[in-house]
Amino acid sequence: MNKKSNLLYHLYFGAFLFYMFAPLAIMGGAAFNDNKLPSVYPWKGFTERWFVDLMNDQVMWTSLRNTILVALAVVIISLPIGTAGAILVNSIAGRVRAVLYVVMVAPILMPGAVIGISTLLFWNNVSVPPGLHLSVLGQVSYIAAFVMLLVLARLQSFDQALEEAALDLGASHAQVLRRVLLPHLSPALYAGAAIAFFQSIENFNVTLFTRGTSNTLTVYVFSKVRSGITPTINALALMLIAVTAILALVYELRRRRQAKIEAAREAEARRAEEAMAI
Amino acid sequence: MGDLLRRYGTGLTGTFFVLTAFWLLALVILPNITLLEASFRPYLPVTEIGGPKDVYSFDNYRKFTANPIDSNLLAIPVTMPIHTITFLNTVIYSAVVTFVTFLLSYPLAYYLAKIADPKSLPTLILLLFIPLWVSEALRAFAWYIILTLNGPLNAVLTGVGILEKPIRWQNGVFTAYDAIMIGLVYTYVLFMLFPIYGSVQSLDRNQIEAAEDLGAKWWQTHWRVILPHAKPGIASGCVMVFMLSAGSLLVPAQLGSTRSNWFTQSIQQWMLESQDWNTGAAYSFLYILLCMVVVLLVMWIFKVKLSDIAK
Repeated sequence: MNKKSNLLYHLYFGAFLFYMFAPLAIMGGAAFNDNKLPSVYPWKGFTERWFVDLMNDQVMWTSLRNTILVALAVVIISLPIGTAGAILVNSIAGRVRAVLYVVMVAPILMPGAVIGISTLLFWNNVSVPPGLHLSVLGQVSYIAAFVMLLVLARLQSFDQALEEAALDLGASHAQVLRRVLLPHLSPALYAGAAIAFFQSIENFNVTLFTRGTSNTLTVYVFSKVRSGITPTINALALMLIAVTAILALVYELRRRRQAKIEAAREAEARRAEEAMAI
Repeated sequence: MGDLLRRYGTGLTGTFFVLTAFWLLALVILPNITLLEASFRPYLPVTEIGGPKDVYSFDNYRKFTANPIDSNLLAIPVTMPIHTITFLNTVIYSAVVTFVTFLLSYPLAYYLAKIADPKSLPTLILLLFIPLWVSEALRAFAWYIILTLNGPLNAVLTGVGILEKPIRWQNGVFTAYDAIMIGLVYTYVLFMLFPIYGSVQSLDRNQIEAAEDLGAKWWQTHWRVILPHAKPGIASGCVMVFMLSAGSLLVPAQLGSTRSNWFTQSIQQWMLESQDWNTGAAYSFLYILLCMVVVLLVMWIFKVKLSDIAK
């Protein structure tokens, strides 16, 4: 690889980062512009009134609360369902497994709107009215598949002899699950919970059709953009961006510290080895 | 099966079965059967449901080929049923979006996998994840701000003299779908980048160097060595981006004009504005068929299995 082409790649990556972040900066900047229309241009002076408006916006706070409640419910339901599905798929072979796998993965490949509509129609047939509970069920139908895929991948590295050993030593079935299998699966379960939570917060298509009259944050932002837009949305956007950036920063600092500790440990081990060799 | 019983006993095995059955039956299979069944029934007032008029027919599907209008398909004037045009436009422009995201992502994926300093790699990837975590509704809204008539893009372009006067981007410059495509590319490009990055990363650097030592030009190395290796990632990225684009409702609703209809918007109009759930179901079913065709086509073109795509 020559230096010149590497430089081009570096420049391209820089340009791409600018492309990803500039819209966010413009959107955030508009939150301080004293202009009734949400824009950074033309700049009409600094104001914090959009943040005050946001704080007083009851609908926004209800939507935020709904979003978090729905996301928690989705995590609580889709984790056991996805895990059970993965254990079942993992324990059978052949044609049945292939069919089961396709049925489980299919919801990921289906458009969200269709999931929302089929959920709405089915539960309406059995006389369950629309509402956030249906949004939860609709979201679980495809989010459980993400959990299933993560757990299934983790199961591949699981040694079933450990379970046999535990049973031989007199453990009960519940103990085998709790003390042997679940600890091994825990990284996949944590990752699954995180993905389920974020997917649920993001969800719009399923929620729009199943929500009834309740709002979640995405639906609220959507309705705001379509009706009268004021820069309150920008204030909200800036806050969400800030929260995301802070979380990312904390994660990055922790990772760096961890890397430093590991590097130090490795250096220590190398020195010890050299000392032994002498 | 016997193996499961031996390891977890009847109670736990039963629980696994019940949970999976609830998921697949109540949340996936039965709702889709209901959808299919409803799509063949007429839209009737509540009192007439189950009455003599409530018979199966293709009437809802026929609405798809009703109301021919004069319009454009890729700048070619056509006379076609309005929903068919919407459908075809959605497919065509989603495919364009998929292709553009691929062009943008491939060099980036290669950069991240093979050129960037491995030590700074986690930081770079984290940086890319930040815009992904900011809600989709807000990412589309950001472009709404940028593309408005008095917005920053027009200000910059007229400022440096590229444009003489501001353009109405949301009505489209080249096609009525420009703004939607800009929004979709921005919103979904990372769903293309990460799968390709994942597959390029697993390629042994020695293979690239071997190709170069044997005298391959840079494009030959890419065409003959790296691209074939990245195929599963590209396939999975293409399916993801196409589905997300074609299924997107937020971006077309926020960035579209009256001349740019997206198929999800047609479905939404039947469902929520006309309250005609049966026609909505018929249109949804057409949509599922489209998705199946696309997935099968991609799997066939790239010669990959479903398990490669759904990662």
